Amino acid sequence: MRILGLYNYWVFVFLMMVGFYILISRRNLIQEILGLTIFQTAVFIFYISMGSISGAEPPILVPGAEGIVYANPLPHVLILTAIVVGVSTMAVALALVVRIKEAYGTIEGDEIADMDTASEA
Amino acid sequence: MDLIIDFALLALLALTSLAILRQTNLFAAVTLLAIFSFTSAALFTVMDAVDVAFTEAAVGAGFSTVLLLATLSLVGGGVKTPQVRIVSLTIQAPIRRPTFPLVVVLITGGILVYGTLDMPPFGDPDNPVHRHVADHYLLDSEEEIGIPNVVTSVLASYRGYDTLGEATVVFTAAVGVIVLLSGLRRRDSLGEEAWGEEGLHDLDPGLGASYSGHDETSGEDEKGERPGERPGGGVP
Amino acid sequence: MSDQVILRVTTKILVPAILLFALYVQFHADFGPGGGFQAGVVFAAGFILYAMVFGLRRAQQVLPSWVSRLCASLGVLIFIAVGSYSMFRGAHFLDYSVLGHDPLEGQHIGILLIEIGVLVTVLGVILSIFYFFAARGREDL
Repeated sequence: MRILGLYNYWVFVFLMMVGFYILISRRNLIQEILGLTIFQTAVFIFYISMGSISGAEPPILVPGAEGIVYANPLPHVLILTAIVVGVSTMAVALALVVRIKEAYGTIEGDEIADMDTASEA
Repeated sequence: MDLIIDFALLALLALTSLAILRQTNLFAAVTLLAIFSFTSAALFTVMDAVDVAFTEAAVGAGFSTVLLLATLSLVGGGVKTPQVRIVSLTIQAPIRRPTFPLVVVLITGGILVYGTLDMPPFGDPDNPVHRHVADHYLLDSEEEIGIPNVVTSVLASYRGYDTLGEATVVFTAAVGVIVLLSGLRRRDSLGEEAWGEEGLHDLDPGLGASYSGHDETSGEDEKGERPGERPGGGVP
Repeated sequence: MSDQVILRVTTKILVPAILLFALYVQFHADFGPGGGFQAGVVFAAGFILYAMVFGLRRAQQVLPSWVSRLCASLGVLIFIAVGSYSMFRGAHFLDYSVLGHDPLEGQHIGILLIEIGVLVTVLGVILSIFYFFAARGREDL
């Protein structure tokens, strides 16, 4: 049973690391945003999995029933906020990418850096 | 049965993330990200987080995909792949494999896996996260607030201040996007004259010339329309 | 998409259902999964679908850009107004128990108003962001 629980955690670590790898190894700005989104979603899944109880019900109270185990509602609330904040920052990041494309003509990180150093020289 | 669904969804998530890693066409990568979001919404439902699943499906798989596709239509959906010269032929190489990021990721992943060996058992009701406040919310929400959905009562009443902060963050993001994409010019040291008519034009996509030329002499602005007239007015 | 008859007819049938579902999710936040954020996104999705099929110009005739910007700030204003009214009645900021004649009813009223505020904000924000992204670089809009 312990191995099954560990399998859950290891898949989350794998997802986080895939997102992290996309973020640090790719130069295209939109690919970096995709990697960041994968990382973020993996963190949300990890957080929610810590609040789940085996054999529990969703945290919607059934009136008049006794002895029901409900899932922990607190991680749900925090992750709900985090999802909305995450998409807000992604919207601003994409607006910045649009402006960068209009200013530099490209969205590849190394080409932008080359243009910057060439204009400073 | 629950476990089999859990296994299958987690495996699907891992495969989708690997597929996003290997993509060079960004439109395909965005579609795969929508699949990733939907599968994680299904995983949230299996883990009894129904509110979170709803939000992830609506926001992550819905609005995120629309935004990314809108950006790709403005920016272009190709990724630059390195070119390799063989004699006189230049071909597009497959995605390069940088070694240093791989080493960093493997070391970080190794440390995290070592950390998960210490984690409490998955799904155990005696985990430390279920102590402190969670019992109070579940037990006392019926008398203090009286609505069945505990997540709504925690979100709106017990943690209402956090929700106010979230609404403000969302509003700030809208302000940020409007400022970035509206074409407002910076007001430099000349003051009002340097503002330019283009600034007020682009603030309102779709309203066009109605804002300009109110205080100046009537006539045509640089779009060639009379002030007060909407561009392309009439049935499109 | 003037030649896509199936898309246009289906959208005309679907958009009212989408908006109605969004209101259902909003007002049943107490009894099932839902709430302001989810309802706001679904409500905006109805308008985004309309804009994608019938064109951005017609969508802006239905819901102009200034209305979406107004909604974005109006929602936060509703939220803060509820909190300030609680302070005005002598309780803490965002303490809903003074909003009705007994604490339980006050909580109901407070949660309803808060969720409406969040719905309006999220609707305004998502529509504004969509309008500005879609109209970028097009001189005719």
